[in-house]
Amino acid sequence: MDARLSADAVACPDCDLLQRIPALAPGGKAACIRCGRALAKQPSGSPDLPLALTVAAAIMLIVCNTLPLMELHVVGRFASTTIAGGAYEMWLQGQRVTSVLVAFCALIAPVGYVSFMLTLLIAVRLPSVPPWTGEMLRWMGHLQVWSMLEVVMLGILVALVKIAELATVDPGIGMYAFGAVILLMPAIGVNLDRRELWRRVEWMDAPR
Amino acid sequence: MKGPTLTAARAGLVSCEACHLLSRPAGAGEPGFCGRCGEKLENRRRGSIATTWALLISAAICYIPANMLPVLDTTTPQGTEGDTILGGVAFLYTSGSWPLAILVLIASVMIPLGKLISLAYLLISVQRGSVKGGRERTRLYRLVVIIGRWSMLDVFVDTFTVALVQLQPLMSVAPGQGVLFFAAVVVLTMLAAESFDPRLIWDSVDPGEPVHG
Repeated sequence: MDARLSADAVACPDCDLLQRIPALAPGGKAACIRCGRALAKQPSGSPDLPLALTVAAAIMLIVCNTLPLMELHVVGRFASTTIAGGAYEMWLQGQRVTSVLVAFCALIAPVGYVSFMLTLLIAVRLPSVPPWTGEMLRWMGHLQVWSMLEVVMLGILVALVKIAELATVDPGIGMYAFGAVILLMPAIGVNLDRRELWRRVEWMDAPR
Repeated sequence: MKGPTLTAARAGLVSCEACHLLSRPAGAGEPGFCGRCGEKLENRRRGSIATTWALLISAAICYIPANMLPVLDTTTPQGTEGDTILGGVAFLYTSGSWPLAILVLIASVMIPLGKLISLAYLLISVQRGSVKGGRERTRLYRLVVIIGRWSMLDVFVDTFTVALVQLQPLMSVAPGQGVLFFAAVVVLTMLAAESFDPRLIWDSVDPGEPVHG
């Protein structure tokens, strides 16, 4: 029995209704007729845009994790921190579980997501698509749920306001790069045609 | 609409939760793995209701110490003082940044509570076989999934406050015991939302033949 079915037939992930996705115009979207869940979209930009945005996000992610995010000056004392520095300080203060969680949501998941995205967007352009692409795309989806950079950004801003009562705090160079990452990450998502990417990956059980 | 609507489960198909590929299950009760991405296939998330309840009740228990115990301990030459989440909100409010106070109040107190209530409501309505408001309940579920992550806000605020304010002997800030419980609430409710299967809402809205697996 052929296990592969028509490529435009889908079951809605939220209500399981079977339906066919029509050909979409650039910028068009398709939603489930029963529950309204977004099922597909056709980005209006160039198909190369996601790769360009991912390269930019990767560079900015490196900058924002190596340069200080914020600096504190008080009575001749100076302190600065990065995301990894924050998680490490929590570890030193005895909150190890929280420290690992912060490191995962603020560093490992976003870095993993961007590096998987970069690898995949390059891999599907190769003449023969490597066999691990399907599985990598699956893991990328799981990482995306736990990548919380936009929440981290807001958390840093609230911390800055709280500390500003006690000392002089300035955003560091890393903070500007962080701002760029926050804008680039959703831009990748908006311009990426996930269904097209899934169509181009290699099947796990493909004959080799 | 004539007759029961055609879902993947009724058509004898299974949809991959990771890549949304439709395939025929390998066998009844044991659909096997997705041929394209290798995800384990399930018609409905296995033990969805029991797992979601277990995670939700654990989260509700952790919600109490998360709000009672201090999340930050500030040490100055005058002594050590603990700050709970609501204490942090009050601090922001009195120091003049009331928009931030409201933001933290929404993210740290109202979103976790809203998630607990919403998921409990969704579970009870599915268990009672409710047939009304399928679209609205699915929308509520999607909202819970989307905004859930924002309640991590306070954990990050505490992390970066601790990382920066280490000015011994002048002033130093250490994380309190509450942080762990608070982080547990966020993670447990996120896992609960992941384990709830919104397709169960529609199985009772539009009952056809029972779905197996």
